[in-house]
Amino acid sequence: MNSNIYIRSATVNNVLEVALTTATDAELVDINSELSLGLSFDEMKIVQAYFKTENRNPSDVELQTISQTWSEHCCHKTFRGKIIFEGKEIDSLFKTYLAKVTKEINAPWCFSVFEDNAGIVKFDKGYGIAAKVETHNHPSAVEPFGGAATGVGGVIRDVLGVWADPIACTDVLGFGPLDFDYNLLPTGIKHPKYVYRGVTAGISAYGNNMGIPTVNGAIYFDESYTGNVTVFCGCFGLLPLNKYIKNAKAGDYIVMAGGKTGRDGIHGVTFASAELTEKSEEVSRPAVQIANPIEEEKLKRAIIIIRDRQLASATTDLGGGGLSSGVGETAERYGCGVAVELSKVPLKHQGLAPWEIYISESQERQLFAVPPENLDAVLAIFEQEEVEATAIGQLTPERRLKLTYQNITVADLDMTFLFSTCTTTKTATLSPPVFNEPDFAEPTDLTQTLLQILEAPNIASKESVIRTYDHEVKGNTILKPLQGKYAGPNDAAVLKPLENSWKGLTISCGMNPNYGKIDPYWMAASAIDEAIRNNLAVGGRRIALLDNFTWGNPEKTERLGSLVRACQACYDVAKTYRTPFISGKDSLYNESPMGPVTPTLLITAIGIVPDIRSTVSMELKTPENLLYILGNTYPEMGGSEYYKLKGHLGASVPKLQPVKARKNYYNLTKAIGYGMVKSCHDLSEGGLAVAAAEMALASNIGMTIDLKAVPAKEITRNDSILFSESNSRFLIEVSPKDRYDFEALMKNSCTLIGEVTDTKKLQIHGLNSNLIIDTDLSQLRAAWKKTLTAEA
Amino acid sequence: MKTEEIKVCVLRVGGTNCDFETARAFQELGVQAEIKHINELVKHGNLLSYNMLVFPGGFSFGDYVRSGVIFARSLNAKLGKQMKQFIDENRPILGICNGFQILIEYGLLPEFEDIDPYSQAVLTTNNPQGFKCKWVYLKNENKGNCLFTNKIPQNKILKIPIAHGEGRFLFPVEKEKQLLEKLVDNDMLVFRYCDENGTPANGNYPINPNGAYHDIAGICNKEGTIFGLMPHPERAMYWWQEPDWTSKIHTNPYGDGKLLFENIIINIRNMQ
Repeated sequence: MNSNIYIRSATVNNVLEVALTTATDAELVDINSELSLGLSFDEMKIVQAYFKTENRNPSDVELQTISQTWSEHCCHKTFRGKIIFEGKEIDSLFKTYLAKVTKEINAPWCFSVFEDNAGIVKFDKGYGIAAKVETHNHPSAVEPFGGAATGVGGVIRDVLGVWADPIACTDVLGFGPLDFDYNLLPTGIKHPKYVYRGVTAGISAYGNNMGIPTVNGAIYFDESYTGNVTVFCGCFGLLPLNKYIKNAKAGDYIVMAGGKTGRDGIHGVTFASAELTEKSEEVSRPAVQIANPIEEEKLKRAIIIIRDRQLASATTDLGGGGLSSGVGETAERYGCGVAVELSKVPLKHQGLAPWEIYISESQERQLFAVPPENLDAVLAIFEQEEVEATAIGQLTPERRLKLTYQNITVADLDMTFLFSTCTTTKTATLSPPVFNEPDFAEPTDLTQTLLQILEAPNIASKESVIRTYDHEVKGNTILKPLQGKYAGPNDAAVLKPLENSWKGLTISCGMNPNYGKIDPYWMAASAIDEAIRNNLAVGGRRIALLDNFTWGNPEKTERLGSLVRACQACYDVAKTYRTPFISGKDSLYNESPMGPVTPTLLITAIGIVPDIRSTVSMELKTPENLLYILGNTYPEMGGSEYYKLKGHLGASVPKLQPVKARKNYYNLTKAIGYGMVKSCHDLSEGGLAVAAAEMALASNIGMTIDLKAVPAKEITRNDSILFSESNSRFLIEVSPKDRYDFEALMKNSCTLIGEVTDTKKLQIHGLNSNLIIDTDLSQLRAAWKKTLTAEA
Repeated sequence: MKTEEIKVCVLRVGGTNCDFETARAFQELGVQAEIKHINELVKHGNLLSYNMLVFPGGFSFGDYVRSGVIFARSLNAKLGKQMKQFIDENRPILGICNGFQILIEYGLLPEFEDIDPYSQAVLTTNNPQGFKCKWVYLKNENKGNCLFTNKIPQNKILKIPIAHGEGRFLFPVEKEKQLLEKLVDNDMLVFRYCDENGTPANGNYPINPNGAYHDIAGICNKEGTIFGLMPHPERAMYWWQEPDWTSKIHTNPYGDGKLLFENIIINIRNMQ
C-alpha cells in the first residue's frame, strides 16, 4: 500500500488517514479496492467531493463507515434506485410495486410494514406477530454450517429488534443436485452434499439451542444452486403491541449487549454485494461469523425483560454492517446525531483497528437506546442473565456521527451526507429465449412414473432433515411439518401463540424457481399463489406476505429485467388477492463461476385461524368420504417436475387467474369454517397425482380418482391431467353428509372426482376408464421416503 | 397440603429453553410454578421455599462439554447446601431431557448408594447419531416406587415426544448387567422405549430412538423422589400437541404427559 496515500495517524494506533482529496481518479480506484470498500467509481467521486468541502482527508474509519452504509446489502440500491425498463423509468422497484400494493390495500391489521427490522401484523388480545425472512446465501457458500447458523441467529435478532419474543423459525433452502459429479465441480465450489449437510446442521444447531421451533420450510434442488447455495431463514415473534417502544431521543445512551466483538464478519455486507469467485473461500472466510446460540438465548431473555419493564427507548440488531449500520441507522431514524467511544466495545481479542471494531459483524450483539435514568436498571438485567452490556456512547442533538477511540476523534461525519446517497440508475432489458414444448409419447406405466416423481429430490420426503430440527419446543406447534404416524407433508404450520386464546398463526411458503427459467412474471405469480394456497389449505385467512428475492447480478440488464417482471407480478397478484407485503429482503449478485442463480422468489405467507380446533390437515380421514378438486387443470407442464423427470423444461409455464381464484378461495375458507372440509391439500409440484399420493400415504386409507371427472377441457392425455402444475387447485375431502351443502357453497368451482376407500391403495382411472395408477400405500410411502434418507 | 399451596421451582440458566411450557403444565393443574434463574435464587430466593424442583429441557450453558455438567457443577457450587437439605427431606426433583442429563451429572441418578459426583451412568450421543425430534412410545415398568408414576398402571403405554441429540442411556459396559439388576431390584427403572403395542424395542431403531441400553428412557432414585427422563411430558400435556390429533376424536382434553405431572402433585398433596 502506498504510504503517500495511507498515512498513519500520529495520535491513535491503527488508524490511517487516506489522502483522498488529492487522489487522482486512478488512485480512487486503487483506494476502493485496497480498502475493500465495494463502492462504485461515481460514489468514490461523491465521497471525494464531500471531504473536499470538509477541507480534510478522511480516516479509514470514515471510509469504511460510508462503504458499509452505502452497500447494496444495507441500502438496497437496486430496489430503491431508478431503473429504465422498456422505455420507462421506474423510480424504485420497492416503492412502485411492493410498498405500493401494501399501501393501496391499506389493511387495518397491518401494524408496522417495511419500516423496522421486521414487519408486524395485529394478532389477538393486544398482541402482534412480527415476521422477517432473511437470506444468507454468500456466507453459506463459503462456510455452510456457520453461514446457515448465523443466518438463523440474524433473523431471530431482527425479530428481537422489534421487541418480539421469537416463537417460530422457518428455513427454505436451495442446493445443487446431491449426486453432482465431483469432476465437474469448478475450483472453489463446494460439493452440494457437503453444503447440504453443513447448512441443515447449522440451522438445527442454532434453532434447537435457542429453543425456537423450526416449523416450516422447503428444500429445492436445482443445478444453479450448486455454485449459489440459497438459504432463506425466517423468524416469527409475538409482542404486546403497547410495548412496541421506539422513541429514542438525544441524550439516550447507546448500549450494546451480547457477544464480544472480534474479527469474524469483517466486510460481510460488501462480500454479500459481490459475486462469488474461486477466491471467495480464501478472501471472504473472515466475512463469515461464528455462531453461539446460547449467547443469543440469554440476550433474548434480557430483551424480553427490558421490553416488559419498558426501560429502553429503541433497539436494533447488530447484523450486516455491525455497529456502523446499527449506530448510524438508530441516530438517523430518530433524527439525532451520535457519539461513540470505540474503545469501550468489549473485544474478543486485542489488536482490532478502530475501523474493524466499527464494522465487525460478530454475532449475538444487539443495540439499545436507553434513557439515562434507566441505564442502571437495564445493566442489572443483563448482569442477572449473564450477558455483557456496555454503554458505548450517546445520541446527540447535533446531526453528526462522531467516533472516538481512546478519546481521540477518528470519524466525524455529517449524518445527512452519510444517509443521502443511494440513488443509482440502472438499465433493465428482457429478451427471453424461445422455449419449446417437448413432444413425447405418454408412458405406458403411469404407476411407475408416479413412483419416480415421488422419488424426485424436490418432492421426496424431507423427514431426515426435518427431524433434526426441534419443531415442538415451546409446546405450541399445533400443525407440525410432518403429519401423524406416517409423517405426511403438511401444507402449513399452525401455532397457538397465546395461552388464553384459541386463535392460531399459520405459516406457509411458496417457491417455484424452475418456472423462473421460463418466465419470471409467472414464476413470481405462482410463488405467491402457492404460499397462499398452502396457508388456505390448513384454514388460514387474513394473509400477509413476505418477499425474498435471490437473483443474479443486477448490473446485467437481463437479470434486472427479470427482477422487474417478478416485482410486477408481486404487485398484480397481491393487489387482487388483497394480501399486503409486510417485509422483504433481497439478495442479489448470486453469481459464481458456474453462472447465475436461477431467479428465485420465496414468498412466505402468514395468516390466522380463528380457532385452532378447526385446523385442517392433509391426511385422509375416513373411507367413503368424497374427494373434490377445486379449480381447473390446464396443459401447463412447463417447468414441471414431470417434464424434469423426462429431461425437458418446456414452455407452458403455469399461469394464474387471480380474480377467479380469489372467489374460490373465499368459498373454501367458508367451507373450512363450517367444518365441511375433512382434509385438504394444495396441488403443486407433481400436480394432482402427487397431492393424491401424499394425502393417502400420510394416512393409512386409500382413494380412487376418476380423471374423466377432472375439469381439464383442453387436455386429452392422462399424464397431463395427472402431473400438470396449474395453479389455484386443491384436493378436498368432504363427508357424504355435507355433500349438498358443500356443493352449493362452492358453486361450480369444485368437482367430485373420487372417494376415500378402505383399500390401502391409490387407484386412478384414466380418460378411457382403464385403471392407470394402482399401487399400495406402502409402496408410495417407500418411494417417497427413499431418496433423502439420513445417509443421503 | 392443598394443591394451590404447592410451590414448584422451574430452575433455569442460560440455554435452558423448555421452562415456559414446563411451568405451564404445573400451572394447568393448579399448583404454583415459578421460573427462576439460578442467579435470582442465589441473590433473593431460597430453594427450600419450594416443594418441588424441576430441571427443564434445553441446552444449559450450550452443552458444549458433556450435556448438563456445567449446570450441575455450578448448582452444587452455588446452592449445594440447600440442594442437600432439599434432597435429604425427600422433596421431589424432576429432570426432563437436559434436566435428566443434569441429574445424572449431579450424581442424583441413578444414586445406588449415595450421591456420587462420578455418576454410574451417562447420557451420551445418540446412536444413530444426531438430533431427533419425534414421538415415541414409553412403557411404565415401575412397580410403584417412583412418585411420578405410581398412580399410572404398570405396563401402561404412554405416547410422548423426544427431542435430543444426547439421550443414549449407558452404564459402564463391564458392569451393565449388574447395574441393571440393581436398577430393577430397587424399582428404579421407570420408562422403556417400546412399540405402540408395548413390546420393548430391544435396542432396535427407530423404536428405541437413541440406542439406550435396555431401551431405558427414564429412571428414578431409590426413594422414588428424584426422576429423570429424556422424553418431554410437557409437550404431551394437551390433545392439540399430539401429532395426529387431526385424525382422532377427542374425549380427553389432555395428552399422556399430564399423567406424570398429576401423579407427583397427588403425592406432594399427600406428603404433608
